[in-house]
Amino acid sequence: METGTVNSDIIREENLVYRKSRVLTDNIMHYCPGCGHGTTHRIIAEVIEELDIQEEVIGIAPVGCSVLAYNYLDIDMQEAAHGRAPALATAIKRLMPSKYVFTYQGDGDLAAIGTSETIHSANRGENITIVFINNGIYGMTGGQMAPTTLEGMKSSTSPYGREVSLMGHPLKITDLVARLPGSYFVTRQAVHTPANVRKTKKAIRTAFELQREKKGMTFVEVLSNCNSGWKMTPVQANKWMVENMFPFFPLGDIKVNGELVSK
Amino acid sequence: MAKVKGDIVVEIERCKGCEVCLDACPTKMIAMSPDVNSKGYHYMHKIKDDCIGCANCAIVCPDGVITVYKVKIG
Ligand SMILES: Cc1ncc(C[n+]2csc(CCOP(=O)(O)OP(=O)(O)O)c2C)c(N)n1
Ligand code: SF4
Ligand code: SF4
Repeated sequence: METGTVNSDIIREENLVYRKSRVLTDNIMHYCPGCGHGTTHRIIAEVIEELDIQEEVIGIAPVGCSVLAYNYLDIDMQEAAHGRAPALATAIKRLMPSKYVFTYQGDGDLAAIGTSETIHSANRGENITIVFINNGIYGMTGGQMAPTTLEGMKSSTSPYGREVSLMGHPLKITDLVARLPGSYFVTRQAVHTPANVRKTKKAIRTAFELQREKKGMTFVEVLSNCNSGWKMTPVQANKWMVENMFPFFPLGDIKVNGELVSK
Repeated sequence: MAKVKGDIVVEIERCKGCEVCLDACPTKMIAMSPDVNSKGYHYMHKIKDDCIGCANCAIVCPDGVITVYKVKIG
């Protein structure tokens, strides 16, 4: 593949600082330019490579934009019906307890149609990891309102903004999961800056390490832009996310070592 | 103190021109090319030789387009 000018003595294998993980396939991801799904796939692959567990990890893909995640992550994966990923993960983990099992789900998948599976798998303390991409809408189907859509936020089914008296309150499902006794590590992160990407990667690594120690459910929410659905450029969408999503969905650890973090 | 010098390799055909990397570069040595790749995206390219190999651009890139190298000099 063409790579632009390569004219430097610096570009040698021994000087390598960063390359795309070998746990990612060479397929070009179908995500819109600048979408946080790609960044999150990338760091999941990096964690799997660094922990050297490519043969021992099983991922569950959701319904939503990331329905084709198995085309990009070069690991064993299974597709779940919409919202049912934690049920499938439960079965796989119970049948194969030595594997690392994780789900990858959007907010429509996890917090709307899959609410029951999310809450009950957490409450049962299933020893799985959930990676939850929250972009505040249903990206794949055209930007409809999700349970996570902010008050006043425009979506294709709330074109004048979400009106709480008519459409209800936005749901902080991650905070609910943290309050259940079966969850052990619950955190909310983002992937819009290098520093945030590093923190999210560390959180995913921690989640996998705790799964190895059989501590119960580990849950990593990743706030992400859906720039197409929000009808903004990626850079504008990340700015909008910081200004509008972060105040309602603050970043940081919510539950650590089985204890709620006091704010 | 030892200084560092870095360099990047951009996989032009994988770049979708999202521009998320531009702000991440501390030395502002990257920009969007006026040319486009075969998909029609303006791709990220070097406009200066000031790379310090921090890998910020690569770490924030959703598509894993950038490879980063670094050497210590002096
Ligand atoms: C049983 C069922 N109901 C509805 C749909 C339609 N559908 C496909 S994706 C989706 C929502 C996806 O939104 P989200 O989980 O937030 O993921 P995103 O696309 O934003 O990443 C819906 C409702 C479906 N495929 N199956
Ligand atoms: S529609 Fe939204 S969530 Fe889906 S790939 Fe595009 S930006 Fe990402
Ligand atoms: S590695 Fe750092 S200094 Fe070099 S281009 Fe990327 S962001 Fe800029």
